[in-house]
Amino acid sequence: MSTTFTPSAPVRNADVAKGLAGRRKLMDAAVRWFCIAATILALAFLASIIVTLLWRGLEAMDFTIFTSEFRPTTYGDATAQKGGLLHAITGSLLMVSLATLIGTPIGLLVGTYLSEYARGSQLGNAVRFVSDVLLSAPSILIGLFIYQLVVLPMGGFSGIAGVISLAIIVIPVVVRTTEDMLSLIPNTLREAVVGLGAPKWKMIILVCYKAALAGIVTGVLLAIARIAGETAPLLLTSFGNNVVSGDMTRAMASLPVAIYQQANSGYPDLIAIAWSGALIVTLGVLLINIAARALLRNRG
Amino acid sequence: MGTTAPPPPAATVRGSSGRLGDTIFEWMCRGAGLLVLLLLGGIIITLFIGGLPALRQFGIPFVWSTAWNPVEGREQFGAGIAIVGTVVASVLAIIMAVPLAFGVAFFLTELAPEWLKRPVGTAIELLAAVPSIIFGMWGLFVIVPIIQGYIQLGWIGEAMAELPGIGFLFASNSFTGTSLFAAALVLAIMILPFIAATMRDVFDQVPPVFKESAYGLGATRWEVVRNVVLPYTRTSVVGGIMLGLGRALGETMAVTFVIGNANRIATSIFDPTTTIASVVAMEFPESLTGSLQQSSLLLLGFLLFVISFVVLAISRYLLRSKLKA
Repeated sequence: MSTTFTPSAPVRNADVAKGLAGRRKLMDAAVRWFCIAATILALAFLASIIVTLLWRGLEAMDFTIFTSEFRPTTYGDATAQKGGLLHAITGSLLMVSLATLIGTPIGLLVGTYLSEYARGSQLGNAVRFVSDVLLSAPSILIGLFIYQLVVLPMGGFSGIAGVISLAIIVIPVVVRTTEDMLSLIPNTLREAVVGLGAPKWKMIILVCYKAALAGIVTGVLLAIARIAGETAPLLLTSFGNNVVSGDMTRAMASLPVAIYQQANSGYPDLIAIAWSGALIVTLGVLLINIAARALLRNRG
Repeated sequence: MGTTAPPPPAATVRGSSGRLGDTIFEWMCRGAGLLVLLLLGGIIITLFIGGLPALRQFGIPFVWSTAWNPVEGREQFGAGIAIVGTVVASVLAIIMAVPLAFGVAFFLTELAPEWLKRPVGTAIELLAAVPSIIFGMWGLFVIVPIIQGYIQLGWIGEAMAELPGIGFLFASNSFTGTSLFAAALVLAIMILPFIAATMRDVFDQVPPVFKESAYGLGATRWEVVRNVVLPYTRTSVVGGIMLGLGRALGETMAVTFVIGNANRIATSIFDPTTTIASVVAMEFPESLTGSLQQSSLLLLGFLLFVISFVVLAISRYLLRSKLKA
């Protein structure tokens, strides 16, 4: 412990006491102002991101963004038509929904395993640890993994490869929230259900899942928000495409990859479209996040 | 995990349908758990096998070699530049992010009035939700010009470059603003909310009695945090910092936008350089299937996996031991 408040010898000299108290108060005030400044700075970063997105994103934002596929730059060609992001939006919607449909049940089962079957077991601890590591693991490595596992054998980039890599990212997010939510359920509830003679699987599906529903849905929403903005794994798996396509065996466009490619195209009009895409993605991700938090807060 | 494990419900005496259902469901859950383990094993093995040709060609010196030449016929690859770039950018980011994250966590737990805690806390969490690529575009559009115009070429940068002994760290021939420092700054902003959230959660776990005792002795708020809260939460705070470091090491898109992607070691914080993740993102989609370049990139990925796995494992260990205590 520090010496500052050790009541050793009583301080006789009033000036020294005053000086010491003054220094302590000054230090306290300095730290307090630093913390307030740090918080304001962090909020300013978020505000700056949102303002930048609105400012640059609204420049090219119109109906064409949602109704037109990619078109080459109109730069230096007055007759050319402005393109849009329809191909990327449909590709993202398709891949994100499929990845969520695949990843959610697996994550749910893993979370159930950790909470209902493997509490304290060695295997359970290993699964929990690996899932937590995957939660923060670099997503580009999942892209490399699926490239080797799916893209190479299939002979090219494909929507399927993109879906699988996103599904792998969904799993640990759902595992974490599912386990957390299931472990909040009091054991007396489980005992009551089993005491009535219900088999364990019915107890879990009919009672535990129901009790933890809001939390589980929150986890799924957070997972959707997470994969909706993922770029790196898609760059190595589904890559990109300039037209609306539902063919999962071919390369497929997605909003983040389209944004990345157009932002680096060097043409001002394509960069403006990239900013519109960035605005769409960010607003979507932030709104899903806010909805997820509101859902968790309002649960019964 | 404070609650005790539920007693395994005895097998039901009713018909075998319940028991069969139980067996099937339990094995589905266990199978899904095993799948997660398989995923991790699969990632490690796949990346290693993919990197084998490069490892055979260049041997262990690949890890520190600074060669990077994809020109056909004289291909030469090494991980040195990318590893140094990754580690230096992440460590710089941690140095910048930790004080800010502490400030935010301290503000949220001790200073903020009740009505302000939730909106500010939510806003910080939203900062964590912003996709990486958005940080990249924003960094390139907002942060990079600030670094270029006001820091590197402003009076701060010029004064720093004049410092005896360490001046060279701030002097650069590159004036674009896309640099190691830009990457570190953007990374710092990205990991700040993760570290702040961990710190806030563990600060909240400190028993109020401890803090109240210190306040009762006349300690100021700073003294309470320094002498009571931080010693009590030290392990978890370090765990949270390691979590941030793990995230920073593997961050891809944001870094790719602002680091300049130059295959050389940065001698100044304003030099462009590269990281493992960004060199993979930049070169992998264009590399030829089965080429030595592709294999080298996979080997780089394997090295990144090893580095971030170790950091994340330490982080989990530190955070886990706290929750059990």
